[in-house]
Amino acid sequence: MNTRLVLALVVSGAVALTACGGTTKDSSSRQTGGATNAAKADPNAPLKEGLKITFLPKQVNNPYFTVAQKGAEQAGTALKAEVKATGPSDAAASSQVTYINTAAQQKQNALVISANDANAVAPALKSARSQGVKVVTFDSDAAPDARDVFINQARSNDIAAGQVKLISDAVGGSGEIAILSATPNATNQNAWIEVMKTELAKPEYAGLKLVETAYGNDDDQTSFQKTQGLLQAHPNLKGIISPTTVGVAAAARYLSSSEYKGKVQLTGLGTPNQMRKFVQDGTVKSFALWDPSKLGYLATYAAAALASGQITGAEGEKFKAGDLGDYPIGAKGEVVLGPPQVFDAGNIDKFDF
Amino acid sequence: MRSLLRWETALVLLLVVVALTGQISTNGAFLDGGNLFYLGLDIGEIALIALPLTLVIVAGEIDLSVASVLGLSSALVGWLWNAGWPLETILPVVVVGGAVCGAVNGLLVTRLGLPSLAVTIGTLALYRGLALVVLGDTAVADFPASYTSFGTTPVPGTNLPYPIALAAVLAVLFGIALHASSFGRSVYAIGANEEGARFSGIRVKRIKLILFVLAGAVAAVAGIVYTFRFSSARADNGVGLELAVVAAVLLGGVSIFGGRGSLFGVLAGVLLLGGLRNLLILRDTSTEVLTIVTGLLLLVSVLAPSITRSLRKATT
Repeated sequence: MNTRLVLALVVSGAVALTACGGTTKDSSSRQTGGATNAAKADPNAPLKEGLKITFLPKQVNNPYFTVAQKGAEQAGTALKAEVKATGPSDAAASSQVTYINTAAQQKQNALVISANDANAVAPALKSARSQGVKVVTFDSDAAPDARDVFINQARSNDIAAGQVKLISDAVGGSGEIAILSATPNATNQNAWIEVMKTELAKPEYAGLKLVETAYGNDDDQTSFQKTQGLLQAHPNLKGIISPTTVGVAAAARYLSSSEYKGKVQLTGLGTPNQMRKFVQDGTVKSFALWDPSKLGYLATYAAAALASGQITGAEGEKFKAGDLGDYPIGAKGEVVLGPPQVFDAGNIDKFDF
Repeated sequence: MRSLLRWETALVLLLVVVALTGQISTNGAFLDGGNLFYLGLDIGEIALIALPLTLVIVAGEIDLSVASVLGLSSALVGWLWNAGWPLETILPVVVVGGAVCGAVNGLLVTRLGLPSLAVTIGTLALYRGLALVVLGDTAVADFPASYTSFGTTPVPGTNLPYPIALAAVLAVLFGIALHASSFGRSVYAIGANEEGARFSGIRVKRIKLILFVLAGAVAAVAGIVYTFRFSSARADNGVGLELAVVAAVLLGGVSIFGGRGSLFGVLAGVLLLGGLRNLLILRDTSTEVLTIVTGLLLLVSVLAPSITRSLRKATT
């Protein structure tokens, strides 16, 4: 075996191919067209009974998705549908694919999935759809042409405006405030911060002054130290908004152990289990997040409506989601659950995730 | 009597049992063409990497860095694609890159005389780290459908996934190399008695180096397959896959101490692990049970071949 000869051949072959051009990023035409829905929606079609629906979270035994699953099962009972929860034990990009293929193989009517990776699941989802499985994504969307409907937990504007309202109420409408964000280039964080600034410019928030935006990089220790830094740099600081679950928990931990406890207000996006003790000890008056059980409930109703032919996922269609009422389908097949859920001392014990 | 007690025979019997119980308990959905296609897709990368790894383990060494080479290759595909390279160039370059990774393992083991377990645990972390340097935590997904369809469509007219077709071709080549060539005899000799092999004039270091290079190159091929199958180039692709591959090789009856095993047994092992997993998921077995069953099978795989071996000794 002449290793050098083989190497030379491979390299020269590669160079020759480069010279002739080939399939490059620029030359490949991309098919980004949305899914074509040949079938027409019949808004009056009755919801079918006995539908088989697979509920596929990012990862099983994750408290957030366990709550979402309860919502899905509740909807399943109301719909007389058979909701089956399954999924991988790790949240790797590709580990859901086996379960998607299985759902297609089991001839399920619909698949309700929170995608670990928007693109990695797309080929399998497309293949499942071509076999007649209706696909609803919730919490984390897949590539739009790989699913019928996406259930979005909350609109950016609702989230950001809600956060400003919460801090304004907590500090009594006036004073210096700061934002403790995740990373400086996190898309959703930056979108929210922009909306917050627009909100703060409104007359009703004239008393609030945003003095600094700090970045804790979604790291517990960094967020903890940045909170400390904010308080030292701004002695008159009255409140902090931290729209990230890592940041808000770290900030709460710092405040609750410092002299500022109860004097400097904090709100943000957090989970009830993470924030419970800080609400109980008075560090935090209220914070927000969506209710995952409602998310699972709505997604399951959307799946049933799709499988029954009530909707096809086109913009402008409507469906009824049991106790939650009517939901319209927006652009790109998106359905919004509604404004975030606010948690405070009065209701936090009703939630476990 | 002797052949009845061979571990490979037991594996084939187990496969038949799994296939039959699967077929009955799922009302024919298990051996359905569509499901076999999905099963094939799921075990494609494992089957590919298991081939050279069998030779490595038979030679008494181990390579735990294969899944990281897969991830690094996937990251490289994405990075070069973003840089505007044509895929026809990217693919051979990435395979050569995988071979280089393998060569680094091989040189550290043969030239510096370090144990391969320690070396490849080190490069397992190193190559994964490099993958993260190359692509960060982003994903590249805009590959042309003409390439990604290899992962979602079967070979025309069959239910055979392309990765399995590729693995089958390589299996024939590796089968010939291991079982029907002097190179293969040398590999067994090295695994059974390295000193003896050296004194018989076998170029032990050179052969080991070739085996590590092959493992790296095939892991890179598996990385390409993985990337197109999920149309997603990511640095964290295939994390932990090395354990699935080693499990399949050991279940296939290859001795972890080297010198024993066959490629046929390994392929049966890959099929058994993949088939069982597929069946359990198809029957909606919970993930916890799935993990426990896989763990138990691994234990069985280490125990059973030595038990059948001692039984065989007893009967002769």
